Amino acid sequence: MTAPFSPGSWLAPLVGWLNTNFHPFFESVSVTVDAVVEGVRAALLLPPAPIFVALVAGAAGFFLGWRLALLAVAALGFCGLVDLWEESMETLALVTVSVAVAVAIAVPFGILAARRRRFEAALRPVLDVMQTVPPWVYLIPAVIFFGLGQVPAIVATIVYGIPPMLRLTTLGFKQVPEDLVELGRAIGAPPRAILLKIEFPSALPTLLVGLNQCILLSLAMVVLAGLVGAGGLGAEVTRGLTRMELGLGLRAGLAIVAVAILLDRLSRAVLRRGRAASVG
Amino acid sequence: MITVGARKAEPGPNGSRHEPAGGAMLGSPSNSDDVLVDCRSLWKIFGSRASAAMKAVQERGLGKTEVLKEFGCVVGVANATFSVRRGEIFCIMGLSGSGKSTLLRMLNRLVEPTSGEVFVKGRALSSLDAAALRELRARHVAMVFQSVALLPHRTVLENAAFGLEVRGVAKAERHRAAEEALRKVGLGDWLQRYPRELSGGMQQRVGLARALAVDPEIILMDEPFSALDPLIRRQLQDEFRQLTKDLGKSAVFITHDLDEAIRIGDRIAIMKDGAIIQIGTPEEIVLAPADDYVAKFVAGISRLHLVKAHSVMVPVERFRAERPDVDPRRLVTTTPDADIDRLIDLILADPAPGIAVVEAGRLVGVVTVRSLLLGLKGSPTPELAPV
Ligand SMILES: Nc1ncnc2c1ncn2[C@@H]1O[C@H](COP(=O)(O)OP(=O)(O)OP(=O)(O)O)[C@@H](O)[C@H]1O
Ligand SMILES: [Mg+2]
Repeated sequence: MTAPFSPGSWLAPLVGWLNTNFHPFFESVSVTVDAVVEGVRAALLLPPAPIFVALVAGAAGFFLGWRLALLAVAALGFCGLVDLWEESMETLALVTVSVAVAVAIAVPFGILAARRRRFEAALRPVLDVMQTVPPWVYLIPAVIFFGLGQVPAIVATIVYGIPPMLRLTTLGFKQVPEDLVELGRAIGAPPRAILLKIEFPSALPTLLVGLNQCILLSLAMVVLAGLVGAGGLGAEVTRGLTRMELGLGLRAGLAIVAVAILLDRLSRAVLRRGRAASVG
Repeated sequence: MITVGARKAEPGPNGSRHEPAGGAMLGSPSNSDDVLVDCRSLWKIFGSRASAAMKAVQERGLGKTEVLKEFGCVVGVANATFSVRRGEIFCIMGLSGSGKSTLLRMLNRLVEPTSGEVFVKGRALSSLDAAALRELRARHVAMVFQSVALLPHRTVLENAAFGLEVRGVAKAERHRAAEEALRKVGLGDWLQRYPRELSGGMQQRVGLARALAVDPEIILMDEPFSALDPLIRRQLQDEFRQLTKDLGKSAVFITHDLDEAIRIGDRIAIMKDGAIIQIGTPEEIVLAPADDYVAKFVAGISRLHLVKAHSVMVPVERFRAERPDVDPRRLVTTTPDADIDRLIDLILADPAPGIAVVEAGRLVGVVTVRSLLLGLKGSPTPELAPV
């Protein structure tokens, strides 16, 4: 049965055409992303689990307070106890790479949108679509271009993680007090110094809110991407689902909750510190 | 705290502070090097059709309201011409919306003039490229804001050093300069505090220190003390004047308060609807307001410390003609720049019919009770009235 109106019917040829003509490009993206994720994963798995937990807890305790150190021990400890340590680290690696790329794309575009009203207006509908299309729909073209595995997962996750980061970057930069920017100009600061020493610190709290949202949405997406063969906890959930193994599904699900809570609380704590710093 | 009387007595770098009314230029500098800022026919029209509006203004002489009606453009500054000399504090006074901030921002080209030219130290600002303009702002023309504009996440010391920091001055060097500037404004003990820990007056001192730290020749001040309460404000006004004079800086100081302008300024420009309607020393403005608008402002100003003996004395010949019974050379003497407050004291202490005004050993005039009262009342021409 065909729908009376199917955007896919004209998108599909485009996707197909891109795939045939730009295959080397997608191929090289695929190889690069794979290598980077593997690198991060290997790095996370390099120390034995207890040492890794101790390191994270130590850092959290030193910078963010003992409560977060405790939380880190509990959350990561749980992942180890349910025997999903490697999968958890794999998920963390996927989230890390996705978030890094999403931020690297979203921040410059967000800044540009804060400066150019027209650009912002043009961007808004694109962001709306990116945010409201159900996330697994992204997976389809991603898989067409990059095949199964962690690369389409990461690409879809990046697309999903960009809008909140971008919107909040724009908001943060628009909220920079006018008089501080004027100060920068009046003391003869070059544009770079105005950006880095005035606008960026002023916008930091809002940027960190964006980062927090970006991380959580990315985590959700990375788990979902277990469907297309991305590894990590998502793959375990998918396996639990397809084999109807409640035990496995539950363990993986709870490990995801643990990772999510840890990432959320850590980024919130960083945000609180950022706020405190920006008011003095 | 410096009293008004005391500071008026100190001679500025341009010689004596108040010369006889009439000469528009004070202490007339002999060479043009002494002019630091020179503005010629500055206009600023805001709006998308500014250049068309500017043309219409020049060709047809449209006024502010016509420009708004015809072009939808706001005339911010209209044909402002003035110059600021080295060591001078030049006040710009006007009500809200009269274009003071816009005019001030054209002096460092934060606002681009629609027409006219600004020369700073002889160089036309419009001829500077972006780098040269930054250089000028970083080294020669500093600015202090009403909102203070301190960076909240930096300490007082780092804030004061910020101007040097963006210029790439090494940390030790810029902190040394910033510390010195902070000591000058009395904040030597507050270096490591954050702005939110300081009162409004102290924050504004940090703003001033930040400007002084780069050792500029000219400081632009946009209503720096307006947000402060009256007591702190007066104290800062006096300190600011003293400091500027001690350091030999020039300043363009904006205020909507004529009292403040008189207290601080060597000369005052009065603005209305974007145009400068009078420029003069405080004494000139108070004694000879250019029009009713200025006169209304001046009405409430106390003349006690502002009007000097030379403005209220009668010529010696007339005194001799009308009071042949008195020998002016036997009267109590004073100097031409003695203020009315002092003259009243002298007259109360001595029953004689007048006070002789002596300059460099020469008798230049006589202040009588009548001429004194006329001067106090605001009539600037006591010669015309009977002694
Ligand atoms: N960026 C701008 N765009 C349009 N109009 C402006 C702009 N800046 C100032 N104006 C207009 O120019 C006029 C002069 O403004 P300006 O800020 O220079 O006045 P001001 O004397 O400093 O007033 P205040 O005492 O309130 O600070 C006002 O009518 C204002 O509305
Ligand atoms: Mg203003």
